[in-house]
This record gives sequence, structure tokens and C-alpha cells, in this order.
Amino acid sequence: MATVGRALLILALATAAYGIVASIYGARSGRPEWVVSGRRSVYAVAALCTGAFAILEIAFLRSDFSFATVASHSSTTTPSFYKAAAPWSSQEGSLLLWLWLLSLWSSLVLFLTRRSLRRVAPYATAVLLGFAMFFASLLVFRETPFGVLAVVPADGAGLNPLLRHPSMMIHPPMLYSGYTLFAIPFAFAVGALVTRQVGAADWIRSTRRFALAAWFFLGVGILLGARWSYSELGWGGYWAWDPVENASLLPWLTGTALLHSIMLQEKRGMLKIWNVSLVLATGILSILGTFLVRSGILDSIHAFGASTLGVPFVILIGLMVSGSIGLVVWRREALRSDNRLDSLLSREAIFLANNLVLVAMAFVVFWGTFWPLIAEALTGTRRSLGPPWFDRYTVPLAIVLVLLSGIGPIIAWRRATAANARRNFLVPSVVALAVAAVLAAVGAGSRPLALAMFACGAFVVASVGQEFWRGVAVRRTMTGEAPLRALGSLVGRNRRRYGGYLVHVGMAVLFIGVAASTAFNDARDIRLDVGQTARVGGYEFRYVKPTSRISTNAAGSLEKISFGSVVEVRRDGRHVTTLRPERGYFPSRDQAALGALGRFFEGEATSEIGLQAGLRRDIWTAMTPDIRALLPIIQQGDEVFGAAAGKLPPAAEAAALGTALRGLVDRYVANPPPATFRIITSPLVTWIWLGAIIVFGGALIALWPGGDAPGRRVRARYAARVAEDVAAGREREPAVVA
Amino acid sequence: MDVVALLVILAVLGTVVAIVSAPLRADRRERERDDTKDRVAELEARKEAKYREIRDAEMDLRTGKLSAEDHRVLDRQLRAEAIDVLRALDEAAGR
Repeated sequence: MATVGRALLILALATAAYGIVASIYGARSGRPEWVVSGRRSVYAVAALCTGAFAILEIAFLRSDFSFATVASHSSTTTPSFYKAAAPWSSQEGSLLLWLWLLSLWSSLVLFLTRRSLRRVAPYATAVLLGFAMFFASLLVFRETPFGVLAVVPADGAGLNPLLRHPSMMIHPPMLYSGYTLFAIPFAFAVGALVTRQVGAADWIRSTRRFALAAWFFLGVGILLGARWSYSELGWGGYWAWDPVENASLLPWLTGTALLHSIMLQEKRGMLKIWNVSLVLATGILSILGTFLVRSGILDSIHAFGASTLGVPFVILIGLMVSGSIGLVVWRREALRSDNRLDSLLSREAIFLANNLVLVAMAFVVFWGTFWPLIAEALTGTRRSLGPPWFDRYTVPLAIVLVLLSGIGPIIAWRRATAANARRNFLVPSVVALAVAAVLAAVGAGSRPLALAMFACGAFVVASVGQEFWRGVAVRRTMTGEAPLRALGSLVGRNRRRYGGYLVHVGMAVLFIGVAASTAFNDARDIRLDVGQTARVGGYEFRYVKPTSRISTNAAGSLEKISFGSVVEVRRDGRHVTTLRPERGYFPSRDQAALGALGRFFEGEATSEIGLQAGLRRDIWTAMTPDIRALLPIIQQGDEVFGAAAGKLPPAAEAAALGTALRGLVDRYVANPPPATFRIITSPLVTWIWLGAIIVFGGALIALWPGGDAPGRRVRARYAARVAEDVAAGREREPAVVA
Repeated sequence: MDVVALLVILAVLGTVVAIVSAPLRADRRERERDDTKDRVAELEARKEAKYREIRDAEMDLRTGKLSAEDHRVLDRQLRAEAIDVLRALDEAAGR
């Protein structure tokens, strides 16, 4: 099967190369049959990659260790659930996933636009196939997922224990869907620039939905990563300004800016250079994000790749940057705005400000992420910038961004008048001031930036609530519908607008959660013996008793040893909850060097946190037992097993090892050593996840395809009105056009 | 390489060549009919987008985000553009 898999990738590479030539030849010679042939090449590449990916998945699920990738990233003890996700824990499987998703999304967009954008699409096809060719080349010539081992091992190395988390099943596919979907607007922008169609709104309209889908998937991926960090990494945070986290945030920020600024091009013919630059920058940042994850060029807890792909990626990014700049300069005449900004107090100006803030945030994140490389180039020493540096710049920018997301939906287009301001701003402003006053009165004033975020968040919720209220009122006046029905039809008829408003509310809720949980959290690292109590954030944490267990998989093989604790949480003498944090030790495969028992404590270790999550506050704990007291016993066991090596039948040796390990965990419980607990109490962390759900719900509403029957009736009515204008005579028409 | 793998690879290769080269072997008149259909579909999409913009502008007027004067100018402009699209659609459809 490995041979077939490799052949499918070679065929995909050749088909992509043919498709590029066919598309460009068809476009330049005016022969549409070649363009269609080029488009079909994309479908063929998608089918070939689907086959290749299926072969790799099957190899993982069957634990076929003749595949080198399977042997190094899975094992017979890996649960099936995680075997299915293991392909993308490897460099080569991850690249294949990228190529597969790119080919699928490219096929979808080219199928949907097969009857439109006839001048732009062939060049977009060529660009998308160019990306496919790049990744197929890496998979064929550098990082093949179908390499086979001359000697097939009895078992594999296993999946990195840190990746054994449900969100890791879908986190990488979500991120990669985001990255690959952002390649689509990039490709169409290149096509529009080449064909001088860049001023038209058609290509933006056709690819906007894909930009929104990219934004959605990337956002879901980022949030799943944050959730994984919070519940798996054992440090208690959800965002660490890690280079790989930042790499995914960069295209998301510029993509957010893009989704707003393209409205100005659609409605007013403005910001064409800015928009096309944002599209191109977002596409480049998506490739950069992939590069950072897979190259390991920057130190990161998330960078699972080795630095073997640096040169090809740098060449690709260099080509994308220089080509994009060249195309924009070449077509600058076609990118002139049709209209100018009428007033600084207008929706256009707010959109522009929103874009500037988002791009400033992206710049800060970019600078902070790449500072280690910049510093090394300038001074010869690699230095990193930590979270305080990022927070210094991003927190004020985020407050302004949230405020703008409240102003945007309610300010008038072109020029806001005093009447508009009174009508639309009074209620949200009063709500925001009232919230600020109440929170300041209860002590939130000690953190002015957090207080500002709460007030701005309240402003957003009130302004969007007011918009929904008024929209429903308008619909009820027009149709006499009941309130709930009017709300449903209001949203259903303009999903993009009202879905977008919900996204604003979700972001406000999310940022309120971030502000509260960072400004008002209480975190401590405390060493406790059984029976001792610590006080954190007004709660008492008592280490009640130790726990231990040996986990085996379905086949009965030993998977990990866990040392844990039971922690009782009380407040003012009243029981609040009981937490059970654990530390899991996964065995290393190197028994010869580390010993039969020692290898369990020299491999990967993970934290199973104890968490009591609530709408008002999260109580979070992780523990690291001090196992130094067990080391003499472990060393003694290693010596015994070392001396007996080869003298016992395998079954008897396994039974003896099991007995020794059970003795070890029993000893831990009988004579528990002290443990270091990380204890955090954070308010409103749950708001972050709830806000994210609202954001993605709103995005789904905006993404949902239209075409409903009432919509068609409305279109028919407008068609009749437009037809009446046509019939009204020629003398009116020049005035209309003027 | 075993024979089955070789046969699978050859079958896949043949299928890919057949799929990708099919448009090059298609009848010329059929291709022209497809071109007309594509043009009409493109204009239909443009027309519907224009109508959506007209509805958006009306909603903005009713919720106080466009003044009556701005709405009048924008609405006229959008309707004029819609008329152009309708004319082009008639021409493309041969009406």
C-alpha cells in the first residue's frame, strides 16, 4: 500500500503541474476547454490526495509499522481514537493533511465559481495548483509519509502523550482548514490583479464566503488550542504568546480586518489597494503559520516539526511576498478608490480605524514573535519577548477594538449627524457608563484597563441589542409579524449583517472573560503534605489524600502510571468542591538505558488537572508529586530486573514487572511524599468559551447559504421595481446614472 | 512492486487522464452552449448581489444609519446599476 500511496502523490504532483500549464494556456489563448481541463486537474488532485490520505489513515488504524511514520508516531497501546488523529502529529502526515485540505477546498470553490469569474478563475486555479505542487513536492522529495522500514518493529514509539487530548483530534484540521481556505482569496486576488479585474466587486463577493470560512475554522482551531493549553499543559493559562499560537493569530487578525474592509469596497468602491494587500498578506501569513509549526525555527511548546523544511518554505514565502508587491505596484492604476472618506464620524471611518487597530495588533504580534530571530541577526544572541511585552501593546489595542465593534453597527454611513448620534448612541453609552460605575463601586477600579474592557463590552452588547430591537420593530411595522417570527425573518433575510453582529457580541463576551481572568486571578505554587491546607483567592485547599493507578489499554498493555491527589476546596468553612489532579507518567521505550522501572519516570509526563468551572469563577489545580523518595526503590527494581534480563520467560518477566509497579504505586499511597500544587482561582474564564461559542454561532449564521423562498419573493418584487425604472423612459436614466 | 499495486496505479493514471482530458475532447457547439450558460449565471449572480445591496440600503435607512438624502442617491445609483445588469442579462440570454 505504501507504493500506491507514493504513486498517488507523484500523480498528484504531475497533475498539478499539468493543471497550471493548462489553466494559463487556456486563459491566454482564449480556449476555455483548456481552462476547464485545468479546473478538472484540481478535482483530480483532490481525489488523488484523498486516496493517499486514506492509505495513511488505514496504516495508522491497523498499526502497520512497516510505515516508518506509523512506527514513529503510534503504537499498539495508542487508543484507536488517537490513532486516527496520529497522522497529523507527524511532519509528513501533517503536510499531507495540508495538501489534502487545500485540494478539497480548492475543488469546492472552483466548482462553485465554474460559471462565474471566467477571466480571474484560470489564474486562481494556477495559483492554487502552485500551492498544491509545492506541498506535493515536499511530500514526494523531502518528507514522504510512505517511507517503509526494512525491519518492521513489533511496536511503535507511540503518540506524544501531550497530544492525547480530544481537542487535538480536531485542532490541527481546523487550523489547516483555516490556512488552506485563506489561500483561496489569495489565489483569486492574484487572478484579479493579473487580469486587471481587481477593482470589480465580483471576485471579492465570490471569495468572501471562503475568507469567512477560513476565519471561522482558524478561530475554532485557535480556541481549541487555547482550551487544550488550559486543560492539558498544566500551567493554568490559555494563551502564552507562544510563537506557534501567534502564527495562527496573525492571519486571523488580518483576516478579521479584511472581512470588514471588503464591505467598503463592495458598498463604496473604497480601499481597493488596502483590501487586495490584506488578502495577499493574509495568504502569506497563512503559509508563514504553517512554516512556523512545521519548521521548528522558533522554540515553541507546539512546534512538533524538525527544521528540515526551512529553505523551501523561505523560497515560497519570498516568492509570494515579492510577487504580491510586484502585482499591486503593476496594477496600482486599477486600484484607485471610487469614493473618498466623507467624514471621520462615519461607518467608513470606523471600519478604517478597526482595520488599523487589527493591523497594528498583527504587527505587534509579528514583531514579538520574530524578535528572537531579529535579535539574533542584530546582536548574535537569541532573546525572546514574554507575555508582559505583548500585553503592554495588545491590551490597549484590544480595548479600542472592542469599543469600535460596538460603534460600527450603529454609526451612519458617510456622515454621522447629531440626530444619528442621539438616536443610536444614547442607550449603549448609558449602559456602558452604568456598568463601569457599578463595577468601580465594587472594587474593579483597581484594574483600570479591565474596567475599561468591561465598559466597552457592555457598550457592544447594548448597541447590538439595540440593533436587533430596532430591526425587529422595522420588520413588525412592515409585515405585522410576531416578535419572535420577526426576529427569525430579520436574521434569515440578512444573515451576513446579523450574524456579524452576533460575532461582535461574542467577541465582547470573550474579551470580558480574558480581562477578568487575567486581571483578577489568584495563582500560587504551593508545596503541601497530606493533611495540609493552603489558602488561595479566598478558598481553602486541603490535600486530603494521595491516589495512584496503573492504566492499561484495551489489549492489556501498560499505558501510564498516575500519581494524584484528592483536594477538598472550602470557602468560609463550607464545602465547595473536591478536585482530583493527577500527574501521568508515560514509559520511555529505552528500557536498556533507563531501566525496567526507571523508564516510566524518564519518559513524557502530563498533567490531568482538577477543575471546577463555573460562570462566575474557575478553580483550577495541577500537581507534581515529589517522587524523589521513590527513586531508591526504582533503582533497586531496575537492578533486579537488569540482573534477571533474559533469564525469565517474557510472560513471567511481564508479570513480575506488573507486581513491582503495583508495589510502587501502593508504596506511593502508603507513604505519600509532598507534592507541589499549582492552584489558580480565575473569574469568568467560562465566559471565554461561551463568547467563542457565540462568535462561531454568529459566523455560521453569516456563512449559511441563502436562497430561501421568502428571499426569492423579495427579489422578485425588487426585480419588478427595477423593471419599472427601465420602463419609465430614457429621460430619467441619465440623471440616475449621474 | 507487486502486480496488484501496479495495476491499481495504472488504473488511477488512466482515470485521471480521462477526467482531465475530457473537456479537450468535447464537442465545440456544446462548449459554446456552456459559455452562454456561464455568462448568464454570472450576470444572475451579479443581479442578485445588486438587489441585496438595495435591500441593505433600505434597512440602513429604516434603522437610522443612512440619511434620507444619502439613501436617495445610493438607491438611485444601485437601481441604475441593476438596470445595466438586467440589460446585459437580456442580451446574454438572447431575449
